[in-house]
Amino acid sequence: MSDSQSSSHVDSAAHAANPNLQHHFDSMEQQYESGKLGMWLFLVTEILLFGGLFCAYAVYRHNHPEIFTYAHQFLDKSLGGFNTIVLIVSSLTMAMAVRAAQLGQRRLLTTCLALTLACAFLFLGVKFVEYEHKWKHGLLWGKNYEVQGEMAGATEALMIPAAPSQSGSAADVDPNATILPRAARAPEGLAAEVGDHGDGVADAADDHATHGLEPKNVHLFFGIYFVMTGLHGIHVLAGIGVITWLLIRSLRGDFGPDYFAPVDFTGLYWHVVDLIWIFLFPLLYLID
Amino acid sequence: MSTNDTPMTPAVVPENYLNCSSGFRSWFFTLDHKRIGVMYLASILAMFLIGGIMALMIRTELLTQGQTIMSSDDYNKVFTLHGAVMIFLFIIPGIPAALGNFVLPLMLGAKDVALPRLNLASYHLYVVGALVCVLSIVLGGVDTGWTFYAPYSTTTNTHVSILTLGAFILGFSSVFTGLNFIVTIHRMRPAGMGWFDMPLMLWALYATAIIQVLATPVLGITLLLLIVERVMGIGIFDPALGGDPVLYQHFFWFYSHPAVYIMILPAMGIISEIISVFSRKHIFGYRAIAYSSIAIAAFSFLVWGHHMFTSGQSELMNMIFSALTFSVSIPSAVKMFNWITTMYKGSIRLDTPMIYALCFMFLFGIGGLTGLFLGSLATDVHLHDTYFVVAHFHYVMFGGTVIAFLAGLHYWWPKMFGRMYDEKLGRISAIIITVGFNITFIAQFIMGSRGMPRRYYDYVDEFSLLHFISSMGSYVMAIGFFMVAGYLVKSLVSGPRAHANPWGSAALEWQTQSPPVHFNFDDDPEVCNPYDYSRVQYDAASGGYVRVPSEVKPA
Repeated sequence: MSDSQSSSHVDSAAHAANPNLQHHFDSMEQQYESGKLGMWLFLVTEILLFGGLFCAYAVYRHNHPEIFTYAHQFLDKSLGGFNTIVLIVSSLTMAMAVRAAQLGQRRLLTTCLALTLACAFLFLGVKFVEYEHKWKHGLLWGKNYEVQGEMAGATEALMIPAAPSQSGSAADVDPNATILPRAARAPEGLAAEVGDHGDGVADAADDHATHGLEPKNVHLFFGIYFVMTGLHGIHVLAGIGVITWLLIRSLRGDFGPDYFAPVDFTGLYWHVVDLIWIFLFPLLYLID
Repeated sequence: MSTNDTPMTPAVVPENYLNCSSGFRSWFFTLDHKRIGVMYLASILAMFLIGGIMALMIRTELLTQGQTIMSSDDYNKVFTLHGAVMIFLFIIPGIPAALGNFVLPLMLGAKDVALPRLNLASYHLYVVGALVCVLSIVLGGVDTGWTFYAPYSTTTNTHVSILTLGAFILGFSSVFTGLNFIVTIHRMRPAGMGWFDMPLMLWALYATAIIQVLATPVLGITLLLLIVERVMGIGIFDPALGGDPVLYQHFFWFYSHPAVYIMILPAMGIISEIISVFSRKHIFGYRAIAYSSIAIAAFSFLVWGHHMFTSGQSELMNMIFSALTFSVSIPSAVKMFNWITTMYKGSIRLDTPMIYALCFMFLFGIGGLTGLFLGSLATDVHLHDTYFVVAHFHYVMFGGTVIAFLAGLHYWWPKMFGRMYDEKLGRISAIIITVGFNITFIAQFIMGSRGMPRRYYDYVDEFSLLHFISSMGSYVMAIGFFMVAGYLVKSLVSGPRAHANPWGSAALEWQTQSPPVHFNFDDDPEVCNPYDYSRVQYDAASGGYVRVPSEVKPA
């Protein structure tokens, strides 16, 4: 960590020519290392910011597993999976952009940044489609959770594209059958707590006659889903802003082998945003 | 050495960071860490005034039984805002962002912090956060207590969302300061200054910065969830919707317990500097103090559950958290013993900073030891949510942090503004503040142990005398503070010019003129042991301390 010291206070005339060197640094190397450490620390704070949400997820999933097994089936696995691929591709193009900047390949840099940006927009577009589905069916958080009409109808509409593998022959006969046993199977959840532990199925059925066998407080899942993906989406938006700024600067020819720190640091940020999604996807979409 | 005459300084003030440029923009958009530090200082002192006035309002209301000056609703808001303003706007940024910002690069012999623009952004965020907090006060205040416990905070119709948004923004400000300090200490140390050659203030700031970076984001997400809960009703903390209000407490204290170490650690750094300088003796147990700062930072993350002994968490967790809480006292005591041993056989000079440092050790000792009462499970059930907790907290935060902040302010004041203050008034007011403080809060220890609950608007007859004494003590403290404000302002206008090194410290920040030049040092300073007092000697001609020339240095 202290390698930069040896070079400090050594004459930096060779570097003084670089217009990007700030006055309080002795060398470009010291400046780069400082920025890099700062960026890593910032990413640590990002992980901790999301860490609170992952912690809330763990607590609620542990206390109410039936809510998660039941509600996750309303998420569209194929759209989620598609978005995962989009983000992984964007991470690749971002990494290539950093390499291009280091080697001074300006054209490749611009292309890679533009591709990354396109992936980011595509991700948000797909996310918008997913959110819209939820909104239409009232699959929302807390007090706004109000599934309209018959549960079976809404379920069927969402289930068939979402989890075709689960729609076995039984599902064709009765759509409820694919989702209902899940709620009943978890004895330690809130649905079971309110009644007799030995008779979870009947109890849940009695309590939620209007909603079929939906477990209690399903909205908690959607609350967590929207907060986690929403905060992630805000980070994607911030990334779009920064990458756009990089794109403008790269068109201006600011970056080269002597100065590529902004591309490098943005790349680190973008990989973390990608990484968070890679955890979100299985935790929210792939619960079974 | 006894002479205290006006130093012989030129009539014209040499160019320095204060007079090298002028105008609003040259301050508000400066990248100079010294100006940012001074702006932080002015801001936090303004907030200290607001929080202090609220404290006096609380004590005046409690002067007599029943209504004295305000309604019970107003009382709830005033104690909430007293806590929120003092904690988020004064104590947390107090030492690191104001004094730390000023001295950290100087102590490293550097021109600035590593990321000056981030430093300025941190200040701007502080201003925005402060304005948002003030907005919530103007709109009618908040009545939840500064901890914003759910579910009351999710249901009350006061302006919780705005105040928590302000605290959220202030959190970013704090993170940026901490991040900047870590990077600066890692990357900007001069050649020849290894980790164990740094002044202990830097170790303390480093440990503080670790907590700021690792704990504050969790507060950020907690407050964000609270805001989302109030605005959209996601139900995560709302038991009516199946949410878990105790989860809020866990999240909140995961930050807010480490946060008290954000407040106290830099205070301990200041004391380490001052005790050594004013005893004219090398600090005792350098490594032990340095490591204990890091140990406190590490332990701070493992004890949050001691705020929740009565919240229904399992007995096993209570026992573990209690044991871990006790273990924090070890590194704190290590520091205490080292300071005392540093003074042993030293040549002690009782200037104002040293008076404050001694008061700190007395008050922090009481604050720390009463913490053990609260950390043990059986006594905590009795003392939980009583004035005993209030008194303990104030002994640590006020008797510890604020007193150390005043010590540091008086210690670095000559460096910051190039002027000396009235030493006699300084000593007298330090003693007045300490005496007033003890009157105020010893009474509260007694009340609390007899069962007076905290935050209550009214009380029974048997507490009348103690409440009266406590309120009187707060007025004594207020007198002391107005004296400090008076002579410090006067020193800015007409104080005698300060020598570059008036106290005789061997650390780097005293090797440049007072106040420093824009880029801190005209020449790169010579790095040496910051606690080696054989390297500085009193120079009667200039009225301050100068370095011993290398060739005549005793072998």
